[in-house]
Amino acid sequence: MGINERLAEIERSVESLRGNGQDPRNLWFEAIHSPTEATLNGRSTMLFGTNNYLGLTFDPRCVQAAAGATRMEGSGTTGSRIANGSYSGHTALEAEIAEFYNKRSAVVFSTGYVANIGILSGLPTHGDYLLIDADSHASIYDGCKMSDAQTVRFRHNSPEDLAKRLRRLKDEPGDKFVVVEGIYSMLGDKAPLQEFADVKREAGDGVYLIVDEAHSLGVLGETGRGLCQEADVEDDCDFIVGTFSKSIGTVGGYCVSDMESFHALRMISRPYMFTASMTPGAIAGARAAFQIIAEQRGEQQRLWRNCEQLYRGAQALGYEVGPQPSPVVALILPDPPAAVGLWNRLIDAGLYTNIAIPPATPNSLSLLRVSVSAAHSGTQIRKALDILGKVGHELGILPDRPMPQVLSGPVKVINGGGGRAIAAKAPAEMPAKGAAVPSH
Amino acid sequence: MTETMDIEKNVISLLKSHVGEGVEVTLDTNIIGDTKLDSVAVMDFVMELEDELDITIPLNRLADVKTVSDLLAAIKALRSDQ
Repeated sequence: MGINERLAEIERSVESLRGNGQDPRNLWFEAIHSPTEATLNGRSTMLFGTNNYLGLTFDPRCVQAAAGATRMEGSGTTGSRIANGSYSGHTALEAEIAEFYNKRSAVVFSTGYVANIGILSGLPTHGDYLLIDADSHASIYDGCKMSDAQTVRFRHNSPEDLAKRLRRLKDEPGDKFVVVEGIYSMLGDKAPLQEFADVKREAGDGVYLIVDEAHSLGVLGETGRGLCQEADVEDDCDFIVGTFSKSIGTVGGYCVSDMESFHALRMISRPYMFTASMTPGAIAGARAAFQIIAEQRGEQQRLWRNCEQLYRGAQALGYEVGPQPSPVVALILPDPPAAVGLWNRLIDAGLYTNIAIPPATPNSLSLLRVSVSAAHSGTQIRKALDILGKVGHELGILPDRPMPQVLSGPVKVINGGGGRAIAAKAPAEMPAKGAAVPSH
Repeated sequence: MTETMDIEKNVISLLKSHVGEGVEVTLDTNIIGDTKLDSVAVMDFVMELEDELDITIPLNRLADVKTVSDLLAAIKALRSDQ
C-alpha cells in the first residue's frame, strides 16, 4: 500500500467516527482566559481536559518570571544543550530540581517526551533489558524503540507479573531497567510502587527502577515529589523522570538520579544532544513553579478536594469511572461512537474534555478523560457535573435515574493487577500496519 | 508429537482464542493483515505466549514477523538462545 492510499485509509477511518460533530484533529481555542476557561467555537468553555493540575499557567509569579526571562534573554536559545543552548537558567533549574528531590543530579530535557526517549535510549545498552508496564505512555514505547536494549512488557500494575518476567531473565547478563508510571494518564490509576520496589530489591544487583512521575509531580507526596515520595520508596527509585507540561504549567522535562556518573548521560543521549533546549521563558516559568510547589500553599489539597468532588459526582450520576479518585477522571463509555458523541455534545454545552479511543487506550476502552485542576472552583465542578448529567441522559448513556447510593459504595476496579493484559497507550503512534507484528 | 509441533499447536490455538470465531489461523496467516487484531492486541497475545511457553519474546525480535510461520521461527531462535 502506497503512502497516498495509506493516508486516505486513515482519513476514512477517522471520518467514519466524526459524524456531524467537531473534528478532534481540527480543534483550536480562539482564546485562553485562565487555567479553566477558554473561547471555543465562539463560546465560553470550561476547560476540563488540560493536565493543568495545579493551575499554574496563569499564576502571576510564573507568568512574570517567564516574561522577564524572555525580555532579558530572548524568545529562544536556538541551540541544543551541548552547543549554545545552555544558559545559567538551565543549570540553575537542574540544581533546584536535584535539591527539590534531595537527589545528587538532575538533567533537564526539552520536553517530557524527550526526557523519556532520552533516558530510555541513553541509559540501557546492547544486551540490557527494558521491562515496561503494558500501559506505558507512547514516549516510553518510543524510547524503547530507540534503545539498543531488548524490550519486554509486563501486565499493567502487576508486580507479580514483573517478578515472573525478571525470573525468566535471571541468567541473562545485561542490566534490567523496570519502567513504571506514578499515575497512568488514561484511567488515572496509581502504580503499586512499594510492591514494585520490593520486586526490584529482591531481584538483586543490576536491576534498576525508572519511575515516570509526569502526572504525579506536584500531585502526590508530602512535598509534591510524586508517588515515589508518597509510597516512601524514593531510595529505590534509581531514576525519576517527569515533565513540566502538566503541574508545572510550561514545557520541558527532567530526570533525577543519585547515580554518581549520571551527568555522562549528556554525552550519550541523542534526544538530549540533538534538539534545541528549553526557552528562557519556559525555564524561568518552571523555576517559579517548583518554588510554588515547595512553598506548599495548599494547591495540592485543593486539587484533591476537586478530584474527589468530580470523581464521586460522576460516579453518582451513573458513569462508569476509573479505579480510583485521581486528577484524571476517566469516564468509560461503551464504544468509540458513544465517546465521540458525548465529547461533541459536551463541547456544544461549553465543557471541554479529552477523548481517547482504541488503539490509544488500555483494553480497547473508549474514554473521556476529564482532568481536574486546583484552579477549578466548586461552582465550575458542579456546573460540569450538571452538564455531564444532562448530556449523558440526553444521549442515553446514563441510566434514567441517578444512583446516589454509589457515592459511598466501593470503587469498581477496571483493571486490577491480576487481570488480563492491559493494552498500551502508545499504539496510536505505533506501526500497526507496517510489519504484521509491531516492532515495539 | 515433537516439541516443535507442540509449540505450533500452542501458538495457533492461542492466536485463535484472540482472533475469535470464524477466522481461520494457519501457518500462513498474516497476524495483523488477516485478523482484526491491532498492534496492542498482538502485543497482548505475545505476552500470553511468553507465559504459555515460559520464554522471553522481546518486542524487538518481532520486527520482521508477519506470519505465524515467521513467529514460530522467531520462537525457535529464541529458545536456542535462552
